[in-house]
Amino acid sequence: MNTDPSSPGRLALRRFLRNHMAVSGVVFLLLIAAVSVLGPGVLATDPNQRSDSPFVPPGASHWMGTDIHGRDLFSRVLVGTRISLLVGAVGAGVSVLIGVTWGLVSGWRGGRTDAWMMRLVDVLYALPTVVWVMLTLTIFETRCVGWLSERWPASIPAFRLAAMMVSLGSVSWLTMARIVRAQVLSLRERPFILAAQSIGVPPVRLMLRHFLPNLAGVVIVYLTLTVPAVVLYESFLSFLGLGVRPPQASLGTLIADGASQLNPVRVRWWLLVFPAGLMALLLAALNGVGEGLRSAFEPRDGNGN
Amino acid sequence: MARLALIPVLLWMVATLSFFLLRAVPGGPFDRERAPASREAEAALKARYHWDEPLWRQYERYLGNVIRGDLGPSLKYRDHSVNDLLGQTVPVSLSLGAMAFGVAIGLGIPLGALAALKRGGWADYAAAGLTLVGVCVPVFVLGPLLVLVFGLWLGWFPVALWGPWQNAVLPTLTLGLYFAARVARWMREGMLEVLRSPHVQTARAKGLSETAVILRHVVPVALVPVISYTGPMLADLLTGSFVVENVFQIPGTGAFFINSFFSRDYTMMMGMVLFYSVLLQVLNLMSDLLLRWVDPRIRS
Repeated sequence: MNTDPSSPGRLALRRFLRNHMAVSGVVFLLLIAAVSVLGPGVLATDPNQRSDSPFVPPGASHWMGTDIHGRDLFSRVLVGTRISLLVGAVGAGVSVLIGVTWGLVSGWRGGRTDAWMMRLVDVLYALPTVVWVMLTLTIFETRCVGWLSERWPASIPAFRLAAMMVSLGSVSWLTMARIVRAQVLSLRERPFILAAQSIGVPPVRLMLRHFLPNLAGVVIVYLTLTVPAVVLYESFLSFLGLGVRPPQASLGTLIADGASQLNPVRVRWWLLVFPAGLMALLLAALNGVGEGLRSAFEPRDGNGN
Repeated sequence: MARLALIPVLLWMVATLSFFLLRAVPGGPFDRERAPASREAEAALKARYHWDEPLWRQYERYLGNVIRGDLGPSLKYRDHSVNDLLGQTVPVSLSLGAMAFGVAIGLGIPLGALAALKRGGWADYAAAGLTLVGVCVPVFVLGPLLVLVFGLWLGWFPVALWGPWQNAVLPTLTLGLYFAARVARWMREGMLEVLRSPHVQTARAKGLSETAVILRHVVPVALVPVISYTGPMLADLLTGSFVVENVFQIPGTGAFFINSFFSRDYTMMMGMVLFYSVLLQVLNLMSDLLLRWVDPRIRS
């Protein structure tokens, strides 16, 4: 990093650290990531271990109670969070890859290429994207799962997860492409780019050395805002039964399980309240960090210096 | 308008893509758990749905039917066509969507406006709280939670099915609150932006009453960003309706759509994809037209 205390990156970092909401979001996320990654290994309880004591309320032996099969909800919530975070991170990564490439090429080539590429983005914006994700997942289920089950049946959950991450990422890149393109358009006319061009810097190097570092800010900001969106999508699909399948768990399937146990006779609130509460905290933290980064990189109201 | 001309092309692309994606998949709806008794029966079934023809011929037939407005027979509900099922379910979903939209607008716009007029007042806090709920409590969490609290613990409203108005309260709130939060936020930001602009200063300087300034010179301009966001919002409203119909067991289009995935009802899926694409296009177009009507800067 640049050590000059007044570099834009430094100033942004200082503004970010002054934002309590965002900093506590980071702390919470690090904590939850550490617990959900390390927790299942450290804890002796197997999240898929069934027992003879279903629907035990939260207590000393089961911190969040047990579910219909007597499985420990706490360890299930941990592995579920891990899957949700994984899908969110990788899905957002895929969307950044597509979006940045698309925006760079579109903004850089300009002219007719740019017009067509952006027109396509407009068109895709107007499509019900979730519907397309469902369609892709169904095709994966009918075509690939049968093929896989003859060869490596054990790998099906992993592939299913990968299919979901890729298909979620491939519908979430539109805004990123627009933002990157706008940034490239404004950078293109800057003296340092013209200077680099005039001394004959090859295009690839120009992209990597001169454009990308100047795009990093907006890309990071929008990446952190895409992660919660993808987490939300994943949980939504899993909630409806189209995403992660049992016995694997994600926050979405856990919330769905909790919701299916709602009945007027016996209220087993813990099955819903714990995964739902964690989901809410997770989304609040992810969005808080994203908004914090946004206002750190784009100070507008004069809140930061 | 170039957009208008693009719509048929877009719909053709949607129809073609969904047709080939689904038909290209081996393992059709006829050779799974619902396998017919005999080879003859299977052949008869395939002939009935024209699945024995070459793919290209089927595609021609499908496109022709779609252009005539016929989405074909449902593969699961053998006695119904996709049009039938849409006809039965769309009114339910549309009324749910319209009510939720009403909540979003009716609650969001006044709340956002009040929040901007009195920063730090109760409306500002209410808007901030609503935004927080909107951001971190997704529809599939809010729905079950409302059921738990108002349906089961307090017992105020029924928790499932579609009937008298009491049935509509919880689903409408579930779907509407989230969008009310977003509308309130845009409205607040829009108002703050406009309140700073010179034309408002002019209006005040020429001695207009504060009410007149707000109603004539601030609110209409602040509505512009809100309207331009309603297009994307409507797409999310659609997504949300899948969940709400699922949670509250409402016999709407979304519930049938989700079911068609589990029963591999291909014609139903294709029909629904097309239907949702058309719906979204129409709604987007309407919000564009509204925007042109409200904002004279776009017209010129």
